[in-house]
Amino acid sequence: MTSTTAGERTPPARHEAGLPLALVGMLLFISSEVMFFGGLFATYFSARAGFPGEWGAQSMGAPELEILPIALPITLILMTSSFTMHFAVQAIRHDRVGAMRFWLAITLLLGVTFLIGQVYDYTTLGFGISDGVFGTVFYALTGFHGAHVFGGAIGLTILVARAAGGQFSSRNHVAVEAVSFYWHFVDVVWIGLFLTLYFLR
Amino acid sequence: MATTTLAPEAPAYQRSWVIEWLTTVDHKKIGILYILNSFVFFFGAGILALLVRSELAVPGLQILDESTFNQAFTMHGTLMVFLFIVPMMSGFGNYIVPLQLGAPDMAFPRINALSFWMLPLGGLLLISGYLFGGAAAGGWTGYNPLTQERFSPGVGMDLWIMGLTVVGTASILGSVNFITTIFKMRAPGMSLFRMPIFTWTILVTQTLILLATPVLAAGLIALFIDRNYGGSFFDPSVGGDPILWQHVFWFFGHPEVYIVILPALGVVSEILPVFSRKPLFGYHAFVYATVAIGLLSFSVWAHHMFTTGVVFLPFFTFMTALIAVPTGVKMFNWMATLWRGSLVFATPMLFALGLISMFLIGGISGVMMASAPIDFHLQDTYFAVAHLHYVFFGGAAFGVFAATYYWFPKMTGRRLNEFVGKIHFGLIFLGFNLAFFPMHELGIQGMPRRIADYSPDAGWTVMNMLSTGGAFLIALSMIPFVVNVVATLINGERVGDDPWEGNTLEWATSSPPPAYNFDRLPPIRSERPMFDLRHKHDPAVHHELATAEAES
Repeated sequence: MTSTTAGERTPPARHEAGLPLALVGMLLFISSEVMFFGGLFATYFSARAGFPGEWGAQSMGAPELEILPIALPITLILMTSSFTMHFAVQAIRHDRVGAMRFWLAITLLLGVTFLIGQVYDYTTLGFGISDGVFGTVFYALTGFHGAHVFGGAIGLTILVARAAGGQFSSRNHVAVEAVSFYWHFVDVVWIGLFLTLYFLR
Repeated sequence: MATTTLAPEAPAYQRSWVIEWLTTVDHKKIGILYILNSFVFFFGAGILALLVRSELAVPGLQILDESTFNQAFTMHGTLMVFLFIVPMMSGFGNYIVPLQLGAPDMAFPRINALSFWMLPLGGLLLISGYLFGGAAAGGWTGYNPLTQERFSPGVGMDLWIMGLTVVGTASILGSVNFITTIFKMRAPGMSLFRMPIFTWTILVTQTLILLATPVLAAGLIALFIDRNYGGSFFDPSVGGDPILWQHVFWFFGHPEVYIVILPALGVVSEILPVFSRKPLFGYHAFVYATVAIGLLSFSVWAHHMFTTGVVFLPFFTFMTALIAVPTGVKMFNWMATLWRGSLVFATPMLFALGLISMFLIGGISGVMMASAPIDFHLQDTYFAVAHLHYVFFGGAAFGVFAATYYWFPKMTGRRLNEFVGKIHFGLIFLGFNLAFFPMHELGIQGMPRRIADYSPDAGWTVMNMLSTGGAFLIALSMIPFVVNVVATLINGERVGDDPWEGNTLEWATSSPPPAYNFDRLPPIRSERPMFDLRHKHDPAVHHELATAEAES
């Protein structure tokens, strides 16, 4: 081995109790992401609270945001993908490698569909990021959420590739669990965003 | 070629030391890289401070103009906070925490290397503004609308935003690593309430980094969108709010103050017991006080914004004053630790005592400004500059030097020369007080911070001269320090594995420690396993150990 730093010394064997290291790390990382989106949500509510006129897309002379035909369907798609991700995790916990591959691929597909839907939604809105404070916070929030979905999709792609290489089993699939934590988090953020932007208005 | 079987002891393929240090994932080497990188930025930011102080020595503009002056203090503050003091403490944490826990390495060694290497990258991004028409000049706090496109048109401001985002991301990754390490990698017997105090302060600090830095990242990104994509987060003409930046910045910025100071207080709490030959008085109280400071630090941010008129003054005054209580608990812990101890005035101890006294002054001036009526008078004056330097320099930077003198033998096997170390301490202590104590008076007289020039009739000249003299004395004190480090590395006194008779596990292995740190660990039955090991035949210690054994 060439990866050790001092030649003959190797790390001592460790036995782990409780959550694996990678999951603890992922949970901590997610808590920092919660604070990141907390900051962005705070800018949204601050802008909304201090806005002099009527709040929303109308304030920039654009049509009011509609949940159809795009926003609601892509929301349902992303929520569904959380379930399919969970099916993938359940499958590998019971060593059903084929089922895991299938559900991972479906999850990835749904995630990509969400992103395409969101980009299409952007083209129909009729306002831009520089048209007013609502436009700024709208695109910042949905854009950064979209970037996180994209990050999750990269994670899923890596999982699909590793699954194709036969790397996972019921005893060894911490990466699947970690990506699933992240994916559920991204889904929950979107539900918050959807309710805030399209319902609370 | 004949097939041979490698013996398990066969040495691995040896790389050149350059490749070895550039690609290392060993927490000790990464820790040393952090420390070296931080010292480089410390010296750079120190030179900027000398420029600022030289300009202010006498009225009139001599060596800088207003624009370069603004860049100098902005980059001085930004680099000192984000690339010296925070990563420096992460560096000591990287080196010491796994050792104190009895762990072979950090939880995620490769992420550890990544979070280090993002630092010099972010730092270079920050200062590269000087190459492209001028660095950022909006102060380290980057207030809006000053930092908007209209008032800071240069690309230096954007590079400042990008650099800070990179540095912030690095510290978030680092905090994930530290917290996972502390919760998951402790040696058998190392319960949370047997962890050394330094590790406790690192745990609280890294939790603050984990939760506060992303908020700054959100604010920086909002500012970047405003500047580059026509956004209006902070633009009041279309419904944005410049005060929002102050909320976001200080929601991060005040926990940041404790991110800076808590590990230094942890260093003091490691050093005092060793050089008083006593256990730390009130270990549990100290831990609870540290956690309390961490929690309270999220509820005081608006005391930076009293004069904006949009914050509820009594609440933030009360919460800010409340932080003095756990801090006072720590002062009491330290005093009681020193009381009737067999004090050894080695250089680490001198810096620790210097820290306690200087941090006390900084704490008292902080409580003064927590009172809203007084703050209305002192806001943005040199009094605030004096206060923050008594906390950041007299507190945190003295902690850095204390840690350097204390753990240098651990990292190298050689002890820094005590005589030269004491000269260093004497010069820096004198220079520091000469530089920053007069600023209290200047602030009370109304001298605003961040001005390049002042009237000769203002009556501020003498104290500014003194302050500048002090700054150069601090610079002078760096000469014995650097000489000491270099000379000791070349030909210093070899002092064995445990020169100070330390209490904690980093002294249980060789100096410097081998890869993966430990071949065997002493039993861990208290927060002072090395003390227990040395005195295991002492009947009193033996009895305590037996009791702890029965309980665990």
